[in-house]
Amino acid sequence: MEFGNSGSLSEDGIHVDMDRLKKGEVNLGTSIMAVTFKDGVILGADSRTTTGAYIANRVTDKLTPVHDTIWCCRSGSAADTQAVADIVQYQLSLFAMTSGKPPTTQTAAAIFQEICYANKDRLSAGLIIAGWDERHGGQVYSIPLGGSLHKQSYAIGGSGSTYIYGFCDANWKEGMEEQDAVNFVKEALKEAIKWDGSSGGVIRMVVLTAKGADRHLYLPDTDYSVRHDA
Amino acid sequence: MPGFDFSNYNRNAALHARGVPLPKATSTGTTIVGCIFDGGVVIAADTRATSGPIVADKNCEKLHYISPNIWCAGAGTAADTEFTTALISSQLELHSLSTGRKPRVVTCMTLLKQHLFRYQGHIGAYLVVAGVDPTGTHLFTVHAHGSTDKLPYVTMGSGSLAAMSVFETQWKPKMTQDEAVELCSQAIQSGIFNDLGSGSNVDVAVITGEKTVLKRGYVRPNERSQKLKSYIFPKGTTAVLNEKIIRKEDLGNYVSVHELSTTEEGGDKMEVDT
Repeated sequence: MEFGNSGSLSEDGIHVDMDRLKKGEVNLGTSIMAVTFKDGVILGADSRTTTGAYIANRVTDKLTPVHDTIWCCRSGSAADTQAVADIVQYQLSLFAMTSGKPPTTQTAAAIFQEICYANKDRLSAGLIIAGWDERHGGQVYSIPLGGSLHKQSYAIGGSGSTYIYGFCDANWKEGMEEQDAVNFVKEALKEAIKWDGSSGGVIRMVVLTAKGADRHLYLPDTDYSVRHDA
Repeated sequence: MPGFDFSNYNRNAALHARGVPLPKATSTGTTIVGCIFDGGVVIAADTRATSGPIVADKNCEKLHYISPNIWCAGAGTAADTEFTTALISSQLELHSLSTGRKPRVVTCMTLLKQHLFRYQGHIGAYLVVAGVDPTGTHLFTVHAHGSTDKLPYVTMGSGSLAAMSVFETQWKPKMTQDEAVELCSQAIQSGIFNDLGSGSNVDVAVITGEKTVLKRGYVRPNERSQKLKSYIFPKGTTAVLNEKIIRKEDLGNYVSVHELSTTEEGGDKMEVDT
């Protein structure tokens, strides 16, 4: 790693780097969200990853499975969130094998929180965990930067989320039908992509129900109106 | 006191704070690309290595061997790409021997990302990982901080913008091997001619299910041409002002020579335990 030209010394003469995100790090300047609906949960995300001003990947998949019907939306550092998700994926597969039953969303979220809180000084990871399990149905948990854990009926995150707090608050309805929930997520992400420069590309979605995971893909060519094969 | 001594780190930080620049590593200010085609994958690289503004090597190898069916293109710090790929190549070979299976590209990618993530970006290796294994054809990029991407066509290094513009205008799905090689070659040449950090020749590696072909110097658009004129000075151009000959037997007048005894006290024996 190259140090910048702004070398500063703290009292004990140790070089202090105040930059939160390391220089040249791949960033998920993102719009992500997850919502509960009647039969389960829906996760949604844009597909832009950036290194500074350059788009390193315009078709990124920020929706990552950690178990069959427990997924997460990643925002912040790509390296950090991938590393954390890989650890949790391993822990949950081990859990499923040893206990002989699938883990609950709450268990997954708790493991995520453990890692995010213990390493809060070293990580820049904003995660939303959403899943469906036999006991609790569809659930959404959000873990912001400090490593706290919040159970919510819907969660939004990433740089683009600031633009859609109003939209989501005005249009949110508890216990929606699947198609209404898909439209809610799509319209919210369309706004986030429109206003946030760090978000863009395609809209990816995953619907998690008793039937398993169902992937959606919407392209900007048709103003995100047509569903394509993921 | 046992442990590491960090006093040099503090000294370097103090010097740096007073404006002393840090030493520069040889970096492969590079263009590297990769592209999947019907039946395999091709990766390509330029051959310029730089150290600041100096071209350190005009024909270096940036295509690294991992296993017979997995190859890597490296950008960033030259030493880091070299050693990281060699280390993971070794680990993958041992893993393959112990499992009795052919190495997989995802395994290679995972080993690389976990190694690089552990070093938090201090190992400056930016890699394009490509290969064919029993599960299919794969192409990945791995960044120094440990993040990975999976795409049908990729570019990395300082010339990645120039190369990507070629891919974004020329790429199409389901290309033939020859089309993919030509497209990658064009992408690298775009880096060679438009990016100051890239230059010299194009190296290409084509990986299919059957075999891997490394085409070193696939295109050489920067051959040194014959000088129009000879610039060698004719003998006698420099005038001889005076001449003096010193013979070997007179050497003692200029330097002193001492014979050293071979059986010095304590020189030949070594105590293992006292």
